[in-house]
Amino acid sequence: MTLAAAAATAAHATATTAADPQGFLSPTGVEIAFLLVGLVTLGAAVVTVTTRQLVHAALWLVVALGGLAVEYLLLTAEFIAWVQVLIYVGSVVVLLLFGLMLTRAPIGRSPDADSGNRWVALGVAVTAAAALVWVVVDAFRTTWIDLDGAPAGSTEVTGASLFQHWVLPFEALSVLLLAALVGAIVLSRKAKTEAGADAEAERAAATAPGAPRSGATRRETEGTR
Amino acid sequence: MNDVLDVALRLLVVFVVFLTFPLIVGQTEHKVMAHMQGRLGPMYAGGFHGWAQLVADGVKFAQKEDVVPAGADRRIFQLAPAVALLPYLLVLLAIPIGPGEGAVGQVIDAGVFFVLAVMGVGVLGSLMAGWASANKFSLLGGLRTAAQLLSYELPMLLTAASVAMAAGTVSLVGILDAFEWWWVPWQITGALVFFIAGLAELQRPPFDMPVADSEIIFGAYTEYTGLRFALFLLAEYAGIVVLCGLTTVLFLGGWHGPWGADGLGWVWTLLKAAVLAFVVIWLRVTYPRMREDQLQKFSWTLLVPLSLAQIALTGVVKVVFL
Repeated sequence: MTLAAAAATAAHATATTAADPQGFLSPTGVEIAFLLVGLVTLGAAVVTVTTRQLVHAALWLVVALGGLAVEYLLLTAEFIAWVQVLIYVGSVVVLLLFGLMLTRAPIGRSPDADSGNRWVALGVAVTAAAALVWVVVDAFRTTWIDLDGAPAGSTEVTGASLFQHWVLPFEALSVLLLAALVGAIVLSRKAKTEAGADAEAERAAATAPGAPRSGATRRETEGTR
Repeated sequence: MNDVLDVALRLLVVFVVFLTFPLIVGQTEHKVMAHMQGRLGPMYAGGFHGWAQLVADGVKFAQKEDVVPAGADRRIFQLAPAVALLPYLLVLLAIPIGPGEGAVGQVIDAGVFFVLAVMGVGVLGSLMAGWASANKFSLLGGLRTAAQLLSYELPMLLTAASVAMAAGTVSLVGILDAFEWWWVPWQITGALVFFIAGLAELQRPPFDMPVADSEIIFGAYTEYTGLRFALFLLAEYAGIVVLCGLTTVLFLGGWHGPWGADGLGWVWTLLKAAVLAFVVIWLRVTYPRMREDQLQKFSWTLLVPLSLAQIALTGVVKVVFL
């Protein structure tokens, strides 16, 4: 039995013994764990955007994303949980840290790590959160996860629903990602060739015997000659 | 009560394996390297052919002073070894060693995803160490680690996906149940790519550019001393155990063998993993270190296309012949 399924059956057992008409929130062990992990995730997320230490922000992001994976596990969505760890913790954060280290990652506070947009950002964040919470609460209300048979989030069920009912969105997303990939390559190549041309011109200017530094001044001197 | 006892026993066994197997691999490395180089290796500690050399090393490490550099980010510096080591312990939980549910720490439905995801987290430890040391060599080591992980994670995932396609499941136990002997030649390209990419992810020679001692001292681990340094070393050897175990399970049929699969399944698993571990050591002695750009080129121009070809082959065979 998997971890998620074990947790879920424990919840099921306690839920059925406690009271049959299940309310919106009934304090079973899994729900308490869910709330606590949620609080940790939220706290880590808030620290991520408020800390002045850049690398700490990235590491708090790991905590937030990992907390989210635990929440998925508690909701029996095991497959999604591991993919979350694989993609976000294993790749996105590593890429983020790589970018930080490559550019600027001082130890200690960065006094300029601040944005004038923070109130706008707060507004957007609160609006988005309110909309999401409202939609999710309104859509599911007191729906309970059916634990008879395969859990709804197991690999088999997820794969079947993804490739039976959601093939078209899935493929559309694939094409979108491919387009983004090609776009990134095009952008980086263009920047590279321009920089290369500039460097070449400069090198030519510098290596010419006795030539002045830049192309413009050289043209001037030629004009006077 | 019985369930609790069962879980506790499994955890204990996995923990003991986690503590002893890396040491066995380490000791084997000492001796095999020595003999390949015409030396004897450790001969005194413990009496018989220096069998207790690593125990003595551990005692030595524990006695050393635990230094944190003045300019370092203390907490992250001290946390990094744990982040590097613990994922391998979790991965060991999911590797089945014999047939049936009795021979695996914990059956995980999405096993392939679990092991690859958690192994990727281990690299965060090296990154944290590289950044928090406040040392340019360490930072360079951390950068190289990150670059290496980003390029070698992809072929590893693709080849694992190829096996999952062949078996029709992503559960490690399920893959072993579905295994047939002719999968070995069928998936051999994937096996090689997976093993090589895994070596790169562990930063073992010839992919040890991130810790290249002759140019950046010891990369991310330069500033570490005593027990924390020992934990990083332990993580490397635990990584070898995990990688060999995973390659065995995914590509070499794990507990399947010519005979005795019922009683002796675990012997086959251990035997195959041991041979792979020997190959890891052998490669270290044989090959010179690859340069950073060669590393990247090797992954993107050779391993990724090969793994894509393997996936295509798997798909074609699966559709046409099965």
